[in-house]
Amino acid sequence: MSGEIPLWEVFIRPRNGLAHKHVGSIHAADEVMALQAARDVYTRRGEGTSIWVVPSAAITASDPDQAAENFEPTADKIYRHPTFYDIPEEVGHM
Amino acid sequence: MALADALLELADDHLVLGHRVSEWCGHAPMLEEDLAMPNMALDLIGTARSLYSRAGELEGKGRDEDDLAYFRGERDYRNILLVERPNGDFAQTMLRQLYFAAFMEPYWTAALESPDEAVRGIAGKAVKEMAYHVRHAGEWVIRLGDGTEESARRMAEAVEELHPYTGELFDEGTGDAALPSRASMRDEWEATLKNIFAQALLDWPGEVVPMAGGRHGNHGEQLGHMLAEMQSLARAHPGVTW
Repeated sequence: MSGEIPLWEVFIRPRNGLAHKHVGSIHAADEVMALQAARDVYTRRGEGTSIWVVPSAAITASDPDQAAENFEPTADKIYRHPTFYDIPEEVGHM
Repeated sequence: MALADALLELADDHLVLGHRVSEWCGHAPMLEEDLAMPNMALDLIGTARSLYSRAGELEGKGRDEDDLAYFRGERDYRNILLVERPNGDFAQTMLRQLYFAAFMEPYWTAALESPDEAVRGIAGKAVKEMAYHVRHAGEWVIRLGDGTEESARRMAEAVEELHPYTGELFDEGTGDAALPSRASMRDEWEATLKNIFAQALLDWPGEVVPMAGGRHGNHGEQLGHMLAEMQSLARAHPGVTW
């Protein structure tokens, strides 16, 4: 039965000022039911102040077969990390 | 004291319905509802606990929430018959929830003005929970009513089965000046229900033969079975805690 019910990805924003974060997925017949299911499954312990649901089918994912060409070339480009200058003590935490 | 008795009636409504809804735990048709049902059950049982505690306090005989929930027999329970109706299928469970929550939401809204501070506190929490129950159950009723041939048939059967029990929602029972008039909730209740029924393509029932008696302790046979199960542990091991 659940095979016929669309899958949705659930994103929760824990507090104002933070970004929505992917927390999992649920089955629901439509977007209204998806929001309710997300609320019931993922916010039972006060986790959220806002919920997004997105049809899983609407997400385009990178191909695991292309992982090497996508991600490995960055491994030796340490100069892209902002760690090559000193921050004066007075500036404090950045 | 009238307020203690009136709160006991309300508490019994909430505990009995909460227990009924909790019976779905582990049996719901999908995982999402298997969490949603206990969520709703716990809302109701939480409200029942607060109501029993306040009722026991006002009564002044030293009875706490557990005494009132576990050590009163079927004839002492004062819940309306609607809430003790067996779960039936998902259509019946959702319609029963909608009938009840669509009554309690305006009731608790009115109770926010109660002179009793404990009642105001209970109302403040419950009114948000009931708003969600109306939405959750309402969306299901709409989708089942306007769904497949089978779901529409079962939804219509649920209306036929449960509608006669709705009249008792509006009986004043013991009543108390510190609580809202139950009869005055009828217009808002009907407006909520008729709006949802229209979307669900369900006919609003005409005159039905009303079923009542719970407020006087006259229950259907199913309540005794439910209480026997619910109370067995506390009665076998008085004072037991987790």
